[in-house]
Amino acid sequence: MSEIVKITKVTGTAVPIKGNDIDTDRIIPARYLKEVTFARMGNYPFFDERFDASGKKKDHPLNDPEYNGASVLFVNKNFGCGSSREHAPQALYRFGIQAIVGESFAAIFAGNCTIMGVPTVTVSAKEMEQLMKSVEDNPRTEYTVDLESKTLSYGNHKIAIDLPETYRNALTTGSWDSTGMLRANLAQVKKTASKLPYMNRFAS
Amino acid sequence: MAGRTLYDKIWESHSVGILPTGQTQLFIGLHLIHEITTAPAFDMLREQGMDVAFPERTFATVDHIVPTDIRSRPFLDSEAEELIQALEKNVKQFGVEFFGLDHAHQGIVHVIGPQLGLTQPGMTLACGDSHTSTHGAFGTLAFGIGTSQVRDVLATQTLAMDKLKVRRISVNGALGTGVYAKDVILNTIRRLGVAGGKGFAYEYGGAVIDKMNMEERMTVCNMSIEGGALVGYVNPDQTTFDYLKGRPYVPTGQAFERAVSYWRCVASDPDARYDDVVNYEGKDIEPTVTWGINPGQAVGICEKLPKPEEYSDPDGARKAYEHMGWQQGAPILGTPINVAFVGSCTNSRMTDLRAAARIAKGRKVKSGIRALVVPGSTEVKKLAEQEGLHEIFKEAGFEWREAGCSMCLAMNPDKLTGREICASSSNRNFIGRQGSPGGRTLLMSPAMVAAAALNGKVVDVREYQ
Repeated sequence: MSEIVKITKVTGTAVPIKGNDIDTDRIIPARYLKEVTFARMGNYPFFDERFDASGKKKDHPLNDPEYNGASVLFVNKNFGCGSSREHAPQALYRFGIQAIVGESFAAIFAGNCTIMGVPTVTVSAKEMEQLMKSVEDNPRTEYTVDLESKTLSYGNHKIAIDLPETYRNALTTGSWDSTGMLRANLAQVKKTASKLPYMNRFAS
Repeated sequence: MAGRTLYDKIWESHSVGILPTGQTQLFIGLHLIHEITTAPAFDMLREQGMDVAFPERTFATVDHIVPTDIRSRPFLDSEAEELIQALEKNVKQFGVEFFGLDHAHQGIVHVIGPQLGLTQPGMTLACGDSHTSTHGAFGTLAFGIGTSQVRDVLATQTLAMDKLKVRRISVNGALGTGVYAKDVILNTIRRLGVAGGKGFAYEYGGAVIDKMNMEERMTVCNMSIEGGALVGYVNPDQTTFDYLKGRPYVPTGQAFERAVSYWRCVASDPDARYDDVVNYEGKDIEPTVTWGINPGQAVGICEKLPKPEEYSDPDGARKAYEHMGWQQGAPILGTPINVAFVGSCTNSRMTDLRAAARIAKGRKVKSGIRALVVPGSTEVKKLAEQEGLHEIFKEAGFEWREAGCSMCLAMNPDKLTGREICASSSNRNFIGRQGSPGGRTLLMSPAMVAAAALNGKVVDVREYQ
């Protein structure tokens, strides 16, 4: 059984990646899904937007030295849409991102982040505009995402954040890594299964 | 008391209990796996010394990385070879049934589940692939999951889930000639938006859906996730039962009769309460083509490319114009193409291949156009060859390939290069999706792809009716 890790707070500098509907193919091109483990995924987030065909760096927030060491990612609407590949949040996490603040997230992406212990929290469009401006004005600004008080604070500012209550519970109580919690109920699982007629091929 | 939806009923019968987090522990009736999203999940099981809780409820195949021309092992791509070897080792060690490269049941996971009768009404079904919503065509609660969730299903046959709301989408009346299931779903996404389904399961119904065969319903449910909905389904009916009867994993005799009674009962009640209801008319749907970089950026074949200001996200539309290189206000009709691809879990079944073959028959692919037909499974390939469809395609100048995901996501050697434009029957027009960072994808029905291949440009398939 893995150790219980409660995730209540993420503090660090931030990096903004602008645009709605950023899909997981853009976050990590499919060719990197051929690797058998997630170990090297931290090399690949937004690869084709960060590097040209010859490997030369392109203009991208994740290449910008001003944002070096950021652990909070700012995004707009429907971030992480498309493919269910967990390689996308794994790539961001292994790059150093520990919390993502956005206007909204695609369902599978948010679920993948949560089960990895990476909070995805939402703010309004107007608040996101202000957050992105604050980090662009001063990339060294430190932000704290606090899941217990459901706030995001920086400088003199404190704004409310939102996330599904079940996700918040999973993160703050350390049950985001859900296998142990689910496996504890195996006897009940078998009971539920036994009531489903297809489990015995409709034999009775 | 208001009636219940299919979603409510399946949710209830598969609920193990409420977890300390407030989530529901949901039993997963069928788990399908493939080579891409599973290797780390099996590694996690090994690390924690866990076994597979219900090995008889997981089935494996290979689809994403499979070369569709020369399939001999070892694969030329050493990474693909390593990945398939990992799956072979894992299914053996953990006792999971495997439809490998040389197995008659091999194919795209969302084609073979239904084809084998593994997918059945009233079940929950999970797979590490977002297009798992395809199986909802059977009245199955089916959804895509990530790798850590694959681990949970392997280790416990359950997932920690939050219940969705249900939106009923009725497509009424009838479709015009040359308008297909693909056009129905592209229109649905265009109307409701690529994030419009967030938090919802989509229930598709109405006369247009009722009249569809199972393969057409699969095309519709397949792209639910492109509309932001994790789950899409159609209530099971006689069309469903007739399709399932006699398939390898479907019970026979008395047991089949019992199954049908059960399946009938899981359909939404006539007085079911929905969280939202959307209605539109089949006659309003034209053959539809995407012009941009998400599946909601689509137009009818007779329309002109819209102004960015016509979208709720003008910047998103501007980004699409920047990538695609089109002029605002230009007609979509006549847009040149370089590649034509018929295939993918959206459109690679017999209905799709027949529709494309009907257009291709006795005609020739325009010189200079690379055109591929990739059947969704080894079984579909066999059936198509029995009907002679492969001859029609080959005579017209299409390449006839082995089963796999192919150019939908370019994890095998089938890729766009440079700025190529592809008329594609697949599901995603995302930047870089088909293997070239500068590549461009136009999503459309298989018949429209065939017509585009013949003309070297986007045409109205209704000219061929």
